[in-house]
Parts: sequence; C-alpha cells; structure tokens
Amino acid sequence: MKDSLFARNPSVLIFLGVLALFVAAVTVLGEGVGLGLISTSFVKTLGKTLCLCLIAIAMDLVWGYTGILSLGHFAFFGLGGYMIGMWLMYARTETIVAASLAQAEIPPTPQEIRDAIGTQIFGVVGGSDFPAIWAFSHSLPLQLALVVLVPGLLALVFGWLAFRSRVTGVYLSILTQAMTLALSLYLFQNDSGLRGNNGLSGLQNIPGAADVPQSLLSIWFFWGSAAALALGYVIAAFVVSGKFGSVIRGIRDDEARVRFLGYSVEAYKLFVFTLTAVIAGIAGALYYPQAGIINPAEMAPIASIYLAVWVAIGGRGRLYGAVIGAGVVSLLSTWFTGGQVPDLPLGIYTIKWVDWWQVLLGLGFVLVTLFAPKGIGGLFDLISGRRAPARHGADLGPDTGSFREKEADQ
Amino acid sequence: MTALLEVSGVSVTFDGFRAINNLSFEIGPAELRAIIGPNGAGKTTFMDIVTGKTRPDSGRVLWGERSVSLLKMSESQIAREGVGRKFQRPTVFEDQSVFDNLLMALKKDRAPWKVLAYRQSAEDRARVAELADEIGLGDQLYRKSGELSHGQKQWLEIGMLLAQEPRLLLVDEPAAGMTLAEREHTTDLLKEAAKTRAVVVVEHDMEFVRRLDCKVTVLHEGSVLAEGSLDHVTKNRQVIDVYLGR
Repeated sequence: MKDSLFARNPSVLIFLGVLALFVAAVTVLGEGVGLGLISTSFVKTLGKTLCLCLIAIAMDLVWGYTGILSLGHFAFFGLGGYMIGMWLMYARTETIVAASLAQAEIPPTPQEIRDAIGTQIFGVVGGSDFPAIWAFSHSLPLQLALVVLVPGLLALVFGWLAFRSRVTGVYLSILTQAMTLALSLYLFQNDSGLRGNNGLSGLQNIPGAADVPQSLLSIWFFWGSAAALALGYVIAAFVVSGKFGSVIRGIRDDEARVRFLGYSVEAYKLFVFTLTAVIAGIAGALYYPQAGIINPAEMAPIASIYLAVWVAIGGRGRLYGAVIGAGVVSLLSTWFTGGQVPDLPLGIYTIKWVDWWQVLLGLGFVLVTLFAPKGIGGLFDLISGRRAPARHGADLGPDTGSFREKEADQ
Repeated sequence: MTALLEVSGVSVTFDGFRAINNLSFEIGPAELRAIIGPNGAGKTTFMDIVTGKTRPDSGRVLWGERSVSLLKMSESQIAREGVGRKFQRPTVFEDQSVFDNLLMALKKDRAPWKVLAYRQSAEDRARVAELADEIGLGDQLYRKSGELSHGQKQWLEIGMLLAQEPRLLLVDEPAAGMTLAEREHTTDLLKEAAKTRAVVVVEHDMEFVRRLDCKVTVLHEGSVLAEGSLDHVTKNRQVIDVYLGR
C-alpha cells in the first residue's frame, strides 16, 4: 500500500527494527534465558529505561508537536504505577496471609483474610481498614482498567478546565506543575489511602509467579516494556502523520490561526493531553513493577521537569529524538549517580560525579538549547543531509542504531 | 436581496475607550466591499467581533438565511459556519508545506477523531493542486511555506481561505508590502472570489481600493461615516476631513 503509515514514515520501520535488534541482544546476553553476560539488575534498568522512553514519546506528542509544555506527565506516570501497585501488593499479601492463616486450626473466613491483609498493608501507617480507593484492588482486570482510566480521567477533567479557559504557555506549565505538586503532597499524607511516604513496595514480586526467578521476570518485563514502546511509537507516529499531525503542529505554531480555520483547538489539545496521559499511565504501570517500589517522591515536580529536559536534549518534534533523549540521559544518569564513574582528582578538588552529575546535566541542557535546538535527533539531519543531499534522505533518516548499541554496552 | 451578514447597533468598549460605537453594517451573499478608515477607526475590531474573537457589549450580529446570531458561537464554530478571515500579517504554517497548509484548510469534517481517521483522496489532492494553481503556487506545492516570499505567503493564505469555501471572506490589508505585480494578482483573486461569495476587504491603500472597484464603507471612531462608491465617499466633506484631507 503506497499510502500506508510505514511507507510515509520509513523512520518508524527503522525504529522498530533497531528496537527489535536491541531486544534480541539483551535477551541473548541477559541472565533470564540467555548467556548471563548482563546482570538481572541491569536488565531491569534497561526495561525501566524503555518505559521512560515511552513516556518521553508522550511528552514529545504533547510538547514537541502540540506545544503544550506539560510539567505534569510524571503524575500520570506515577498514577499508573500506583494503580498496578495496588493489585500487586494486595494479591501478594493475600498469598502470604492465606499461607500463614492456613496453619490455624479453624480455617479463616474471607473477612478474616481481608482484615489480615489490611493490617499487613496499612499497619505501617497505623491503620488496618481498606480505604475506599482499594475497592478494586483484589481484581487484576479492574486495576488494569484503572491504569488507563485514572490518569485519563484526571487529564480529561484537568485539561478541560484549563484549555476551556484558554490558559496557554507558561501559565499552563505552572498549572500542570501545581497539579503534580498537589497530588504528590496529597499522597504523602498517611490518610491518603496509599500508605503515605512509604508508598507501595515489594512490587517486583509478581503474585502467582513466586517460583519464577527474578532473572526471568526481569526479561519478561523487559519484553513487555519493549512491546509497549513499539506500540506507543507506532500510535504516536500514526497520530502525528497526516492531517491530525498538521493540525496539532499548527496549534503549536499559531493557535489562533487554527481556530479561524474552523478547528476546535481546545478539543484537539484535550485529545492529545488525555491520550498522552494514558500512555504515561501505561508506561508507569510497566515501570514500577521493575523498580519494585513507588512512593509520592516519584511524582515530585522535578521528575516532570527531567522529562522535559530529556525530550529537549533528544530533540522535540521528532519521536525518535524523544526516545534517544530519554534513553541516553536516563542511562547516563544511572551511570553517574550509581557511583560507577571514577572521581576526577583536580589536585585541590576532586570532582565526585554523584554530586556533579546534575551540574553536568544542567550544562548539557543549556548547551543543547543554545547550540543545537534540534537536540541529538538533529544530528541525523546533519548526517543524512551530508551523505545524500535530498535524494533519499528519508530512507537514511533516523538511524537510532548507534545509540542503542551504546546503551547495550553500558 | 437578503443580507448574508447583518451587524446592527454593535458597541464595544476597551477600558473606557469606545472602539466600536453603535455600528451597523450589512453585506449581501455575493458582494465585494472595501472598508477604509483611519487608524483606530475600529476596522480590525469589527472583524474581531464578526469572527468571535471579541464579544461586543451590545448589539446583534446575524448570519445567513436563518439569521442565526454569531455572538454565542466560538471562533471555530463561526469559521465552520462559513466566515473566513485573513490576518494583516501573513499567517501560514511556516513549518509545513504549501500542500499541507491547503489540505488542512480544505472544507472537511473538523472533529478530532474524523481528522485522525482522515485519508487523502485523489479528489482532495486534485482540489489542492487546483487551488495552488489559482493562487500561482502550483509549482511550489511541496516547498515549506516558510520559504515563500511575503507576497506568496499572502496568496497562500488567501488560497487557504478559498479552500475553506467560506460564504464570507474577511481580508485585512491584503496588499500590504506587495509589489505592483503582486497587487494586481491579489486584486484579481479577490474579485474572482467575490463572484460567488461575500468579500470584505479592509485596506489603507486608496489605489488598491480603486482597483477593486466596489462599494466602500468608511469607518470613523467606531461607526460608519459614509458608504457608496469610492468617488462618492471621497467627495464627502466629513470623509475628507477625518481621513483623506490629512
């Protein structure tokens, strides 16, 4: 089909190919089913990175393409994580409680089991009753639905209120940041029903898979994250190609003009905002089982600002740019803050990268903004432009390969 | 002849300044009209009111055969009703090709999910090519519109307006910054458009207005000062005093 998505956007196929190679490489080198050259914890890091790449795509859609600098997408990411975390915690505690109560002489009633689960989960915040928001936590399908519904509905309501009042630009950014901060502060409270600052923990233990070693689980989640990233990329590419993409880029560049063309700018913004919130929620639901723990600090406004930095460094307005930015910067961040980078003695002062990484990142952000506004993704224009001036530039296009391989080596 | 657009008794005040003062205005379904007036006469505010950007304090703005009020509608709804607007500065989407600009403007369903599911048909492509020929950009279809010259951008914007198939075209200073040859082309475009729809041109340049050869409305301090042919209004004493006599 001449007009298909892939024909019009060869970069999508290239991206999927590179991602498939990367997944294959990690699978072969990983511990779960392969040679064991990559540790389980690093497989988890890579899996988490893929989730971050997915939310970066969402951010690119909403910021790079539609021009809404949202500083709230990590709130949606966190909400997705909490929604899956509730089921993970409930179901796992249930197995443990059931096992221990089975020793008792009188078989426990379902109510006793439920009370015991409540005590286990909420003891840490001095409670034992299930708050109303845990009503569906016993059911995986319902909580999975909430992974999509809760961020989606929050974005829908928030976006409707904000866009309807024509809040734009930096004011909207502040508003989204306020929402994130409010949500994070609320969740910090013990009576928020989500265990306050303890958050939800033990999420790496998948109920019903107690016999499966973490090395295998990690590779499963890695595959799942890669599949979600691939799907998210294709969906995003579909959204931004064609007329819808034209309209949202028009909104980014000149909102009033789009309005006078007869498009309801608010409806488009709301659509993109909600869609990306859902993508962010799904990314979070895949991320936190790999991280093992989620607490309100994850949703702090700084996380969403990092997200904007990743996308800016990677190159906004192009999907692979967002992926590269999130992948490179978050892996570098892991590397630097993990204390794996040797200190740099300068005689009078020793640079400890754990402390100096943020300075480096900030400097990098400033430099990219000043000298390479297209970000890392802009390099591909340079390469393809030089090698094949306008002849088949699109084919050469984004070759994410080099970065992917580098990631795998780290 | 019933009017396509009927503005009656409209007033609007910005911080105590009366930008539009009891303005009444009417235009038929296929008519070319020029609006002239000194700076601050309320020309642009008038367009803002008709297109829904500014809400008047009082008055009525009625539209079409059924005389629906435009005052309750949003900008995009008004645009879908068939009011097209061209801004003073050329505002095209510079990051996108001429083709994409025109395609976006084509009269089609504007709802997000419909647009998401939209696929170009051969018919649409032909229509875009036809429009591009009409505005003299037939061989520039796949250039980024940001690379076009000032005059070409103005035409592209007029082309986008035509693609919307509006029943009323509001055009703000189309000839500003154009060369003589470009002006002539612009005049032809507007005259051609006015054969099938109403066109209102706001313009400073008397030569350009003369070339349009149409009925002229003179605005002053937010209301109509005179109306008629260009020769008629330029003989009007008041008009000479406030505008031409400077």
